[in-house]
Amino acid sequence: MSNSIFRNILRFVVLVLAQITLFNNIKFFGYINPYPYILFVLLFPIGDNRASLLFTSFLLGLSIDMFANSGGMHAAACLCVAYMRPWVLQSIFGIAYEYNAVKVSSAAYGERLLFVSIMVFAHHLILFSLESFNFSDIIYILKKTLFSGAFTLLLAMLFITLFSYRRK
Amino acid sequence: MQQIVNFLIKYRNFLLFVFLLFLSLVFTIQSHSYHRSKFVNSANFLSGGIFTGIDNISTYFDLKTHNEQLVTENSFLRQQLLNSRDSISQEIDTTRFGNQFQITTAKVINNNYSHKDNFLTLKAGSQAGIKQDLGVITSEGIVGIIDKVSPGYSTVVSILNSNSQINAKLKKSNHFGILVWRGGDPNLVELVDVQSKAPVKQGDTIVTGGKSTIFPEGIGIGTIAQFQLDPTENFYSIKVKLFNDMTNVGHVYVIENLDREEIQTLEQETQDEQ
Repeated sequence: MSNSIFRNILRFVVLVLAQITLFNNIKFFGYINPYPYILFVLLFPIGDNRASLLFTSFLLGLSIDMFANSGGMHAAACLCVAYMRPWVLQSIFGIAYEYNAVKVSSAAYGERLLFVSIMVFAHHLILFSLESFNFSDIIYILKKTLFSGAFTLLLAMLFITLFSYRRK
Repeated sequence: MQQIVNFLIKYRNFLLFVFLLFLSLVFTIQSHSYHRSKFVNSANFLSGGIFTGIDNISTYFDLKTHNEQLVTENSFLRQQLLNSRDSISQEIDTTRFGNQFQITTAKVINNNYSHKDNFLTLKAGSQAGIKQDLGVITSEGIVGIIDKVSPGYSTVVSILNSNSQINAKLKKSNHFGILVWRGGDPNLVELVDVQSKAPVKQGDTIVTGGKSTIFPEGIGIGTIAQFQLDPTENFYSIKVKLFNDMTNVGHVYVIENLDREEIQTLEQETQDEQ
């Protein structure tokens, strides 16, 4: 149990640092940045501790906001995906989720891809809508969501595969 | 009472979600209005310290371009110095304003240009004499306006920010407009509300106007890339290509207008009397 808490704290710190030092500065084609820090929300242990998931996700977003001077956009986006996570998990993994037998890093490839992409695109859509704060910019929002989302998805799948923790 | 407690327990996650969402939306809305993001900004000890650490490493990658910029500026200044005796032209350059303006140098430790509202973070704060609403320029052109200040750091509202509105004019004719940015290309900004009588030509220079007390008059901004009349044919909207490469800003000058308070008090009094 304490091992799991420690690993999540470590993941939080590493992802925030990686996001602000590295991924916020990629600026592919001038405006495409990946946001792989939401891996924290995706990989948070699945269980009944929903309140702590909500609270840590909010904190995660807020720390990114502090470095990006973006008010509370990341916090809001993280919070929303954290709140919708149980339903996404349930609709994808079905009965296995109800028995707490799901682990994102060891799920089947197709299910994992579906889960990660729903969460990533939902997060990016909320984030960029809040960033532009103007519905007349809908094309800009969708374009940014699509490109940045694809980039984040790629990185997220890569990181899950690279750093998945295999017990023998 | 029992029912209220039961309700709270049953929906505690939802209530927590709504509360946190409300909080983050308040922060977001504050950040969309100028000078309002009170709580969450990067002018603080923690983020300033981390950005300084990152900058200590990444500054080496830009050393060459920054050196070139300094050499160009030096040669320009030296040229002015050598030619000052036989030159009557009183063209204002960015480092000679008599006693009305005071200049502080600062290092940029964080720079954004890919969002819709971009900010820079400077490694200089109130201890170095930096205050809110001072103008920030480089040797090439304007960068933005100081927003939040902490003892050691400060943030700058970049000209690449949808809240930024800077008074600017055509260099040759004094017709003025407002400089705004609508997102997208970090090298193009837009000058709007320019009178249709103005003699606009492609390639002409745009400089800061003297109407604000933030920037001195005549600081370079950019050249006209393209222009068009708005549908009512009363105003031009002009696309301006910036002199400054906003994606690579190393050292900046922060300008303080020492007469600012005097001018503002005077204007305020005049307005009150009417």
